[in-house]
Amino acid sequence: MSEQKKRPATKMVPVQTHAIVPDRDADKSPILECHHLGIDFGGLTAVNDFNLMIGRTEIAGLIGPNGAGKTTVFNMLTKVYQPTRGVILIDGHDTSKMSTAQVSRMGIARTFQNIRLFKEMSVADNVLVGLHHEMDYRLPSAILRLPDFWRGERIARERALELLSIFDMQDMADAKAGSLPYGAQRRLEIVRALATNPSLLLLDEPAAGMNPSETSDLMDNIVKIRDLFHIAIMLIEHDMNLVMGICEGICVLNFGEVIAKGSPDEIKQNPVVIEAYLGKKDKKEAQ
Amino acid sequence: MEFLSYLISGISLGSVYAIIALGYTMVYGIAKMLNFAHGDVIMVGGYISFCGMMYLGLNGWVALLLAMAVCTVLGIIVEGLAYRPLRQATSLAVLITAIGVSYLLQNTALLVWGATPKVYQSLIPLTDASGAPNALRLMGGRLSISYMSLLTMAACIIIMVGLTLFTSRSKMGKAMRACSEDKDAARLMGINVNTTISVTFAIGSALAAVAGVLLCSFNPTLMPTTGSMPGIRAFTAAVFGGIGSIPGAFLGGLLIGVIEAMAKAYISTQLANSVVFAVLIVVLLVRPAGLLGKYVPEKV
Amino acid sequence: MKNLKPHTRRNLITFIGLAVVWIVVTVLRGQGVLGRSASGLLVPICCYVVMALSLNLTVGIMGELSLGHAGFMGIGAFTGIIVSQSLMRAVPSVPLRLIAAMLVGAVFAGIFGFLIGIPVLRLRGDYLAIVTLAFGEIIKELITCLLVGVDEHGLHIIFNYKGLKGVEDLHLSETGQVIIKGAQGATGTQPIATFNAGMILIFLTLFIILNVIYSRTGRAIMAIRDNRIAAESVGIEITRHKMIAFVMSAAMAGAAGALYGLNYSNLVAAKFDFNTSILVLVFVVLGGLGNMRGSIIAAVLLYVLPEALRSMHDYRMLIYAVVLIAVMLATNSPIAQSFFARFRFGRKGGDEE
Repeated sequence: MSEQKKRPATKMVPVQTHAIVPDRDADKSPILECHHLGIDFGGLTAVNDFNLMIGRTEIAGLIGPNGAGKTTVFNMLTKVYQPTRGVILIDGHDTSKMSTAQVSRMGIARTFQNIRLFKEMSVADNVLVGLHHEMDYRLPSAILRLPDFWRGERIARERALELLSIFDMQDMADAKAGSLPYGAQRRLEIVRALATNPSLLLLDEPAAGMNPSETSDLMDNIVKIRDLFHIAIMLIEHDMNLVMGICEGICVLNFGEVIAKGSPDEIKQNPVVIEAYLGKKDKKEAQ
Repeated sequence: MEFLSYLISGISLGSVYAIIALGYTMVYGIAKMLNFAHGDVIMVGGYISFCGMMYLGLNGWVALLLAMAVCTVLGIIVEGLAYRPLRQATSLAVLITAIGVSYLLQNTALLVWGATPKVYQSLIPLTDASGAPNALRLMGGRLSISYMSLLTMAACIIIMVGLTLFTSRSKMGKAMRACSEDKDAARLMGINVNTTISVTFAIGSALAAVAGVLLCSFNPTLMPTTGSMPGIRAFTAAVFGGIGSIPGAFLGGLLIGVIEAMAKAYISTQLANSVVFAVLIVVLLVRPAGLLGKYVPEKV
Repeated sequence: MKNLKPHTRRNLITFIGLAVVWIVVTVLRGQGVLGRSASGLLVPICCYVVMALSLNLTVGIMGELSLGHAGFMGIGAFTGIIVSQSLMRAVPSVPLRLIAAMLVGAVFAGIFGFLIGIPVLRLRGDYLAIVTLAFGEIIKELITCLLVGVDEHGLHIIFNYKGLKGVEDLHLSETGQVIIKGAQGATGTQPIATFNAGMILIFLTLFIILNVIYSRTGRAIMAIRDNRIAAESVGIEITRHKMIAFVMSAAMAGAAGALYGLNYSNLVAAKFDFNTSILVLVFVVLGGLGNMRGSIIAAVLLYVLPEALRSMHDYRMLIYAVVLIAVMLATNSPIAQSFFARFRFGRKGGDEE
């Protein structure tokens, strides 16, 4: 399963104290660093001064009320949006000149809040698109059906089925992606993201629309994926049971600003966070 | 002086394009479809007014009204029969249907009126009884503007102002704008979407009839294919200005007309179309949604 | 290959069907059953089948509407004619000359496809469509301005954009021959296109397209069609893959054009106008987007239909138009769909969702 490609050796940079990186990752450089990241949309600041570090095998949560700018952060990390300010370092590499496709090849994969599958294609083909760069035959080989085409396709298909089996979806391989039930579509998105062989997986509301038992399966699976692939996972989620249950570090965003960072327990106790979610107890009293 | 007269002929031609483009852009804005049959409605308008004048002996202006009435009805019928059942279909299916309607109109016209070009009588004669150009002379007669050109420009401005007021002030106009933003939301607000779309087609087709009469007044040969090229040109104009935008269609139409006239005068008659299209391509590269169009990035 | 995948089997059936048609038509011609007029349709039908296949790559697989496909056909046609006519002495073998003409036609159309693709593929949706239309018309007008002749010194080409020059300005020697006379088009071309060449071209095109579709490149192109942002997020380069599809599509249209051009002794550039692009688009849409077999069948039927209706001369295009609208309404309107759904066996009523 874990025939992981060799990654560039970590640089063993000591992690700064303000970072929330698990102890086991503390001796490695973070997979993701954001410094003073910000973006404006036509004069409106959507995200400002966003700083974050994520350890190599960390499961991190990004939470906050609706409209806080969480998905915007994902969009900046994957370069769907170009940040107005700040730096994003993936594995120490600056991504400011990179496109979405290049960032993906650097090791960031993601899912989408509003599922974006290749609906007209089969489940297996969706995963095979994710494995695009794992196949190394060229177009002429494909046209002439040369041996390296067959070899590449066979290996990729085996790998696709293997990845699908994480979620027990290998039997659906030939179904049309658009025809899958909602929960399976969300899982397929995760498989497709994993197919790109990422070092950091971004999950945008993976549990949205799931019932409690599906959510609890999902939690197990997220941890399983981290342990199996040794990758970092960052997720946006409104389901606090999920976030508090599996995230090691949590970052809380409100109105585009980070208002708190810390472990689940710290976040639960934090009065600023409680205020952001529940509002002030009494406005007059606050004045 | 030469330049000015080219400019004026360009503007008057452009005014006709603008009138057609307004129809295109309104229909696109609300129904999100490229109505390729729009150009053929122009041709029908031309033929109806021709018949009104030749066979019924009507006055040119009455014939214009007749053409507008017939085209309005035609527009509503075409929309109801061919486009309404496809409201949920892919835009490509609607496009092919529109092409089918275009063939249908052209070939019906061919059967009814034959392939021989009809000689159209201008709304305002281009020359007076003595054969001298029927025109307004300026600067000691060195610059002459035909009354027909003046009429066209005036018609274009009146229509453009009228439409702007209609869409911004009237109840129906507001319903149109609502439908073009979000049909489902408009329906929930109690707007009858089908009626609104019908009215849009009716207005667009009536404008096409006006354009048909004006076009034939300048270029008196009337054939079943008369509408296609001006239709494509006006479509270009609508995209040029930003499809869906009324001032955009007006501006696009005028610019296309002027560019075409200038290209014919100074570059090459043969390549006039190419120059127009080349300018369009350049504009779209710089402004992907046209001159006055709004570029809406995809929400992720 | 014990267990064929469904698409492999489907494609195999298409190829076998094509081979059967090839044999049957050849036998019928040998027996003299096919009349002159029917035989004369064979090459153009092959050309339009290839046009439909190649446009389906752009519209069905890549998912972008192109309204200027005839432009590439025109480029292929006139380069093909120039190649064939100018190689007349150097390459006496007709099949070899035909192959050379189609190859050069494809390469030229492909190069233009690349150049046009650079600006076009940056645009989206209806804007992309209008720009392809614009390029199609520009290509047509540029060809109309060409004066080309050949003599023992080589090719003589004048770009006659003012329309002031004539054939005599080519300064051909006495043995020279004019190939393209501006707006009059190509005249005196030796028609060397054959039905067999047409069938080979169809086989080749279909083979290439299908092999590309079922490969990583094809999947990437279809992924972009289905969801551009998701495709980018898994590392697919959008422009590169769109360009591959667009250039391939243009090159195939160029080869088809070369064959088409070499089927007639006289050919004008106006043949490759917007209406031809639309004609091919209709084949593609009626045959089914992304469905190659459908494109072939639709191209044959719809090309033959107006010819078969020739006896009803005045009404034939009218009938064509009505058929077109009726088919679109029948296949796309919800009322008609629920009507047909009732007759589908093994399934109850209209599909949910």
